[in-house]
Amino acid sequence: MSTSYNVNELKPAGKMMIHAIISAYAVLCVIPFILVVAISVTDEKTLGQMGYSFLPTKLSIDAYRYILTGSNMVIQAYGITILTTVLGTILGLLVTSLYAYAISRKDFKYGRFFTGYAAITMLFNGGLVPWYLVCTKLLHLNDTFYALIIPYLISAFYVIIMKAFFQSGVPDSIIESAKLDGAGEFRIFFSIVTRISLPAFATVGLFLALSFWNDWWLPMMFIEKQSLVNLQFLLYRIQNNMVFLTSGLVSSDASASVADMPAESARMAMAVLATGPIILAYPFVQKYFVKGLTLGAVKG
Amino acid sequence: MSKIVNRTKSSPSFFRELNRNKALFLMVLPGAFLFLLLSYLPMPGVLIAFKDMKFFSSNLFTNFFQSKWVFFDNFKFFISSPDAYIITRNTILYNISFIVLGNVFAVVFAIMLDEIKSKYFVKTYQSAFLLPYILSWIILSYILYAFLSPDLGFVNRSILEPMGLPSVMWYSETKYWPFILFLLNTLKYTGYNTIIYLAAIAAIDESYYEAAAMDGASKMQQISKITVPMLSGIVIVMILLGVGRIFNSDFGLFFLTPMESGSLFNVTNVIDTYVFRALRGTGDIGMSAAAGLYQSVMGFVCIMTVNMLIKKFDSDKAIF
Repeated sequence: MSTSYNVNELKPAGKMMIHAIISAYAVLCVIPFILVVAISVTDEKTLGQMGYSFLPTKLSIDAYRYILTGSNMVIQAYGITILTTVLGTILGLLVTSLYAYAISRKDFKYGRFFTGYAAITMLFNGGLVPWYLVCTKLLHLNDTFYALIIPYLISAFYVIIMKAFFQSGVPDSIIESAKLDGAGEFRIFFSIVTRISLPAFATVGLFLALSFWNDWWLPMMFIEKQSLVNLQFLLYRIQNNMVFLTSGLVSSDASASVADMPAESARMAMAVLATGPIILAYPFVQKYFVKGLTLGAVKG
Repeated sequence: MSKIVNRTKSSPSFFRELNRNKALFLMVLPGAFLFLLLSYLPMPGVLIAFKDMKFFSSNLFTNFFQSKWVFFDNFKFFISSPDAYIITRNTILYNISFIVLGNVFAVVFAIMLDEIKSKYFVKTYQSAFLLPYILSWIILSYILYAFLSPDLGFVNRSILEPMGLPSVMWYSETKYWPFILFLLNTLKYTGYNTIIYLAAIAAIDESYYEAAAMDGASKMQQISKITVPMLSGIVIVMILLGVGRIFNSDFGLFFLTPMESGSLFNVTNVIDTYVFRALRGTGDIGMSAAAGLYQSVMGFVCIMTVNMLIKKFDSDKAIF
């Protein structure tokens, strides 16, 4: 293929220029994060003298050691983040896919009604205050673990993406023949539809997982209790006040620990730890991610 | 009258359908319930803006119904404060710059990416472009801080200092922030928009280009005569969707990245951050609700206008 001559390809010079421009922007996208990684592995004293820089003149992993052993707060926040991400993604996928599948069925007379019922929520909302009051004064979500999951379980946007997937990917004939074989609707859904629509589940599941992992908004609205703080919210809390971390110290000699806390590098090490898993997972799931983006744009 | 007629006509068929598709109704139930609680129930709550909301009982509805109507008092306070003008100006101006330049960058990048025929390179570039998109605003605000921290930041210590220039107090000088916020927003969302446009370009029939090339059209001519016109549909829809949300802003960008620096509020405060601060900071529910309703109503007008425009332009793409 590569040897075939295509009359409409750019000349090498033009191509080089495009590569130059695009790779310059690509570097611009990536390099800021590299700075954070570099700071996190730089010796604290060196940081004080030289400032933040891309090249750590003196390497040190004190920041990571400090974070992971000095305070149980980070571990706890990691636990909350992982738990909300796993539970939220599973439950969210379940609720979203069931809803989307039902409204994608042509023989469901109220499919159109429920499509509109979902779509309206994208266009209109009561605003922050009534939503906050319903969540705190009616559902009493404040300072509960559910507050970190329930509000994100369903969104019309994902429903519509999934509906589009089901409409194009699940042939009516399969459903009909399964029905003739005597399978019930739920059986059809769980043993046939889920299997032939794996990419749909992967795509929406990925977006859900990302939104739960990256969430700081829900804890900011609802959480005061330290034991329910997730990673992103912990990062928000220590943004201005690194000493905050020391209130959860395991060590009894807190004053000594505050003094030798590698505050600057630990701050950035936290950011790296909070981002690490999604960056590591990203190359493997990029395909679904891009698919979801384009489909969402066309349908949304 | 018409309601009654409707009822008698639809009820039996509703129950027949309920009976026939019981399972499908069960499937939509959890989602429908969540939409009801979290989206529909708050909707009539916009009326809180016209009330002096007090919490004397544990029942939210009792509180709502028994709170005094103050009609436009909350709005009078809101409109007469200098904030109303500032947050509206900031919200709209930032959004206009994001919509216009954001889409221009994305289209240009998409056209360039499409010219790179190597799948390997396109995939690699895409990964890099999308990295800022998958990072949260908290992480991005940490990254920004690594650059702009007044005493240790990369810009002050590694760029300005070696050049003999004085340090800049980034988190207190308003004049830089419109550019900083624009840069951050562009960095976060250009990758996303580029992918959307790239998909649209990939959907253009290759034979147009082949025919044009046969007739001796240059690359530039092909881009301006084929790619851009073919893209104009989706570009216009994207722009109109942006305009429909022109009174909303990305809360994380405006709230987190300036690290709540009060001296920057003049250029960083937008309607969303104002509503949040009034609710969670000062606890002024009336003011917050008034600003929120103002935003909702303006947003509603924008969406309706936009939908009308889309309908005129391309009725298939209309939202409703």
